[in-house]
Amino acid sequence: MSAVVLIIDDELQIRRFLQISLEANGYSVHLTETGEEGLLKTAQLRPDLIILDMGLPDIDGLDVLKRLREWTQTPVLILSVRDDYVTKVSALDSGADDYLTKPFSMDELMARVRVAQRHALPDTREDEIFQVGQLKVDLIRRLVTVNEEVIKLSPTEYALLRLMIQHAGKILTHRQILREVWGTEYVNETHYLRVYFAQLRQKIEANPALPEILLTESGIGYRLVDTFNANP
Amino acid sequence: MTDYRPDPDDLLAAIQKDTARQQRGKLKIFFGMAAGVGKTYAMLESARRRQSDGVDVVVGYVETHGRKETEVLLDGLEVIPQQSLEYRGTKLPEMDLDAVLARQPSLVLVDELAHTNVPGARHTKRYQDIIELLEAGLDVWTTVNVQHFESRADAVKQITGITVHERVPDSILDLADEIELLDLAPEDLRKRLAEGKVYTSERIDVAANNFFRRGNLTALREMSLRLTAEHVDHQLQDYMQLKRIAGPWKTGERLMVAVGSSPFSEQLIRWTRRMAYNLEATWIAVYVETTQELSPLAQERLTANLELARSLGGEIVTTANVSVVNGLLRVAHQRNITQIVIGKPEHPRLWWLSKSTPVDILIRDSGEIDIYVVTGDRSKEKSVSPTLRLRPEIHSNGWQYFWALIIVVTVTGFNLFLVDSSPLIGYQVVGLTELMAVLLIAIYIGRGPALLAAAASAISWNFLFIEPRLTFEVSQIQDTILLFMYFAIALFTGNLTARLRRQERQARHSAERTMALYTLAHETSTAIDMDHILRTAVNQLEQVFDAEIAILLSQENVLSPQPHACSTLSVSEKDYGVALWSYQHSAPAGLFTDTLPSASAQYLPLLTPNRTVGVIGIRTRHQDRLTFEQEVLLQTFVSQISLVVERELLDESAEQAMMLRESERLYTTLLNSISHELRTPIATITGASSSLLDPKTAKDPFAHTELAQDIQLAAERLNRLVENLLDMSRLESGRLALRHDWCDVGDIISVAISRLKACLSDHPVDIKLAPDLPLIPVDFGLIEQALVNLLDNVCHYTPLGSPVVIEVKHLRNTLWIKIRDKGPGIADEDLARIFDKFYRVPGSRTGGTGLGLSIARGLVEAHGGTLKAENNPDGGLSFILNFPLIETPPVAHEANL
Repeated sequence: MSAVVLIIDDELQIRRFLQISLEANGYSVHLTETGEEGLLKTAQLRPDLIILDMGLPDIDGLDVLKRLREWTQTPVLILSVRDDYVTKVSALDSGADDYLTKPFSMDELMARVRVAQRHALPDTREDEIFQVGQLKVDLIRRLVTVNEEVIKLSPTEYALLRLMIQHAGKILTHRQILREVWGTEYVNETHYLRVYFAQLRQKIEANPALPEILLTESGIGYRLVDTFNANP
Repeated sequence: MTDYRPDPDDLLAAIQKDTARQQRGKLKIFFGMAAGVGKTYAMLESARRRQSDGVDVVVGYVETHGRKETEVLLDGLEVIPQQSLEYRGTKLPEMDLDAVLARQPSLVLVDELAHTNVPGARHTKRYQDIIELLEAGLDVWTTVNVQHFESRADAVKQITGITVHERVPDSILDLADEIELLDLAPEDLRKRLAEGKVYTSERIDVAANNFFRRGNLTALREMSLRLTAEHVDHQLQDYMQLKRIAGPWKTGERLMVAVGSSPFSEQLIRWTRRMAYNLEATWIAVYVETTQELSPLAQERLTANLELARSLGGEIVTTANVSVVNGLLRVAHQRNITQIVIGKPEHPRLWWLSKSTPVDILIRDSGEIDIYVVTGDRSKEKSVSPTLRLRPEIHSNGWQYFWALIIVVTVTGFNLFLVDSSPLIGYQVVGLTELMAVLLIAIYIGRGPALLAAAASAISWNFLFIEPRLTFEVSQIQDTILLFMYFAIALFTGNLTARLRRQERQARHSAERTMALYTLAHETSTAIDMDHILRTAVNQLEQVFDAEIAILLSQENVLSPQPHACSTLSVSEKDYGVALWSYQHSAPAGLFTDTLPSASAQYLPLLTPNRTVGVIGIRTRHQDRLTFEQEVLLQTFVSQISLVVERELLDESAEQAMMLRESERLYTTLLNSISHELRTPIATITGASSSLLDPKTAKDPFAHTELAQDIQLAAERLNRLVENLLDMSRLESGRLALRHDWCDVGDIISVAISRLKACLSDHPVDIKLAPDLPLIPVDFGLIEQALVNLLDNVCHYTPLGSPVVIEVKHLRNTLWIKIRDKGPGIADEDLARIFDKFYRVPGSRTGGTGLGLSIARGLVEAHGGTLKAENNPDGGLSFILNFPLIETPPVAHEANL
C-alpha cells in the first residue's frame, strides 16, 4: 500500500507538479486549497505525510500546523519562501518536521519526504550503529570513530552529536538543540552552538572549513546528513 | 521743446496700480466738510438704489446719530450684527469684521472712516478694517469729513482751534475709486443744526457757537472742495498716463524733509506731504543722527514723527553724520532730491557763536537743490515740552553727582594737607590738581558731574587756598584772573571731554550695530541647513534686542502652528492667530502695532520678493517698545533673515529636484536593466517549454532533457534576480530588520560556498582561517547573502579554473575577511564605482544586474562593517570586509571524554 500524502497549497501549478512528481514516485496524493479543508481532510484521510504551504488564503499556515499538532503527530513538511526565517523557525518549533524553500527542486523534495517518513516510524535507531561517510558512532558503546580511528569528545559534544544522529536528515532549530542538550534556560544562547559545532566539526569532518556531515541551516538551525551527498 | 514721452517707471506704476485696483474691491468715499451734511443719508440712499438693482448690499456699520430720516433708510437693508468688545468693564459695540468677511457681500457699507476701534478689535483704526475688506475683494462705501485727514489737521486746528484726534492718512484717498462730495452751503448746514437734524437739542448751542461757526464752515467747505478737486485731478492724470495720453506729465520732483525729535517736525512733515501731493512728487523724510544723544522723550517723539511720515506715504531714511547739514546733503545727492524742506531755526541764540546758522550753510552748499525754510508754530512746541532742549544730553544720576563731589572733597582735603605740611607748595599747584580731577570726572563720570565739580572746586579753591584764605575775597588782581580762567578752562575741558566720550560711545554703538548685522549675515551664510540658519538668527536677535524670539515657517503655503524648535518665545493659540494674520497680509501685527495690539508679542512677516516664507515673533525681555533705531535695525535683520531663509528653501527645492532627477535616472536604468534581465530567462522558458510541447521534439529524449535543463537554468537565473531585487528593496526601504546572533565566520563562509557549489565547482576555493577566531554578532543569513554575492561575482567574472582564496584574520578590534581572485581585476577608475547601484564595468559580460555588489556593501554596512575592493599587486581583484568586534560571551569549555 502506497503512502498517502496530503498537499495543502493554494497555488494550482505547485499542487499540480507536486502531484505529478509524488505519484510518479509511488505516493498516493490528495490535494486541498485551504487550511480548513486541509484540517478536515487530515481527519478523514489520516495521511502519512502532509505538505503544508505557509501562505494560505483562509488561515495562516502556522495556525493550521498548531491545530494539527493538537491531535496528530503526522509528519508535516513546510513550504515557505526564502528569508522567511521567523516563520520557518516558529513552524519547526511548533512541531513541523522539515521545510522547503520555494523555489525547490524535486530531488530536494523527495529527500525531505523520505526523511520525514522515516522519522514517523517507531524509533529503532537507539541500538544501532550510525554511519555516514567517514563517521561511525556506536550509540550503545558511546564510541565515535572517524576513518576507523577512535576520537575523544567532551560530554556536551557527545550529547550534541547523539541528538543530531537521533534526528539524522532532519533539521533541528537552535532552540530545540539548546533545550535538549543544555536545558530550557539556555534556549537563547546560540553562541554555545557556534562554539560546540565548530569543535565537533574539527573532530569529525574531513574538511572542517567545508563541512559535509554537520550542516548549518542559516538562521534556523543544524542538520546532520543521514546519507552522504543526499543533499546536492 | 517738451518731451511728451511718459516716464517708463511712471507708466509701469500706473499699470500696476490699475491691476491692483482690478483685483481689489472698489472704494467709494462720501465726503463732507462737517457732520450733518448728509453723508450717511446719501450713502444709504444710493445703497438702496443699488440693492433694488440686484446688488448684494450689507451694512457693516452705520451710525444714525438718532436721526429719524436716516433710520428709515436702514429699513430693508441687511445689517451685520455688531460685535461687542469689553473694554475696562464696559461692553462697546464694534463692527464685526470677520462676520462681514464671512458673509462675502458684493458691497458693504461702513460708516465713519476715521473711527478709532475699541482696544481688542483686530485693528486700531477703522480704515484698516476697510483696507482688509477691500483686499478681500469686497466693494466698500464709507463716509468721512475733511477735518479727519492727517495733512489737514494743522489747518483745521488753526481755523477752528480744535485738535482733531481721529485722523486717517491721506493715502486712503489714493485707494478711493470714487469720491462723492456732499456739499452744503454753510447757512443751510447751520439751519439744519438749528432744526435739530444734526445733534440732539442740548448740544445744538454748544456746537453752533464752536465748530459750526460760519467762518469755520466756510473754511472747511473750501478745504473739502479743494481736496476733492485735487483727487479728481490725480485720477485724471492716472487715467491719462494709463491711456498714454500726452499731457502735463508729472514733474519728476523729489522732495526731502529734515525730521528731528522736535514736535515742529510734525508740521514740516504735513507741509511736505501737501506740497508733494500737489507737485505729484515723491518725498522722503530724513533723520540725521548726530553725536547728540536723545532723551527718552525726544526718542519717542522722533519715532512718532517718522511714523507719521511713513503713514503719510513718505519714505524714511536715517543716516549718521556729525553735521546735520552734511548728512542732509549727502542723502539729497544720493536720492537726486530736487527740493529740501527744513524748519526755521528754533533757537537762533544757540548759534550766535558761529558765523552762520545750519540753514545758511545748507542754502550755501545745496547747489541746484531748492530749499524751503518753513516757519513752525512755536507756541505749540513750548506748550508741549518747554524743557526738552534744556535737559542735559547725558543723563547722569544722583549717584554720579555725589561721586563727583566726593572726589572734589577728597582732592581738596589732600591739597589742604599738602599746602599745610609744606610751605613750598602754593595755591597754583592746588588749582592744577583740581583741574586734573575735573578732567577725570568728565572722562569717567559725565558732563553734568564735571560741571558741578568745576564749580565746586572753583569755590573751594577760592575759599580755602587763595589769599586771603577762608574768605571768598581775592586780594590780588592776578588771582581773580586765575580763578576766572580756572573756571572757564574747567568748564571747557569738562564739556569737550564729555563730548568726545559721547562720540566714542556713539561710534561704538554704530560699530556694534554694523557688527551685529555682519555677524548675522556671515553666520547665516555659512550655516549648513535651515535649522542652523534659524538657530543663528534667533541667537543674534536675542542678543541684539534682548528679546525672546519665535520663528514660524510656512510649509506648503500654510503657516506652521508650531514655532521652529530653536524658538525661545512660546506662541499661544491666540498669538498664532496674530502671526497668521501677519503671514496672510504680509504686514506686521501684534504688540505695539496697529493690528491686534493686544497680542503678547510683535509679529513680523518674513517677506521675500516672491512670497512670505514665515513670521518672526519678538518680545523684549522688559516688554517695552523698541526705539525707532532698533525698529529699523530689526527690519534690516528680518529682511536679511528672509533672504537667507528663501535662499535655503530654494537650495532645498533645487536639491529635491536634483534628487528627483537622479531617482528618475535610476528608475530608467532599473527599468532597462530589469526588463532585459527578466525577459531573457522568460524567453528561454517560453521557448523551451513550447518546444517540449511540440510533438516532434517530444520524441527525442536527448532534446527533452536539454530543454528541461534550459528551463531549470533560466528559472534559477530569474530567481537570483528576484532575490537581488528583494534584497535591494529591503535595504533601500531602511526596514531591514537585523537579527543579531553570535556567528562563526567559518560557518557563514561554508554555507555561502555550499550555496554556490554549482558555479564554484570550476573555481578551487582555499579557505584560510586564522586559529581562535572570535564569534561576530551579525545576522547569519544577511552576511551569508553578502558573501554569496561577492563569490558569485568572482564566479561570473574570472576565467574557469582560476582559484579563489578566502582569508579571515582577527585584527585588533575588527574581523578582517579578504576574498582574493586571480581574475583580470578592474580598471582603477572603476574600483570605487562597482558598488554603485546598476553600475556595470564597461565591456563586462552580460547576465549581471549591477545589483549584487551594491547589495553586498549595503548588507555589510548595515552591520557597521566596511566593504571595499582593490586590485592585487600580482593580478586579480580582492574584496576586503571589516566587521567591528565587541567582546564575545564566554563559553564553558570542558574536558574530552
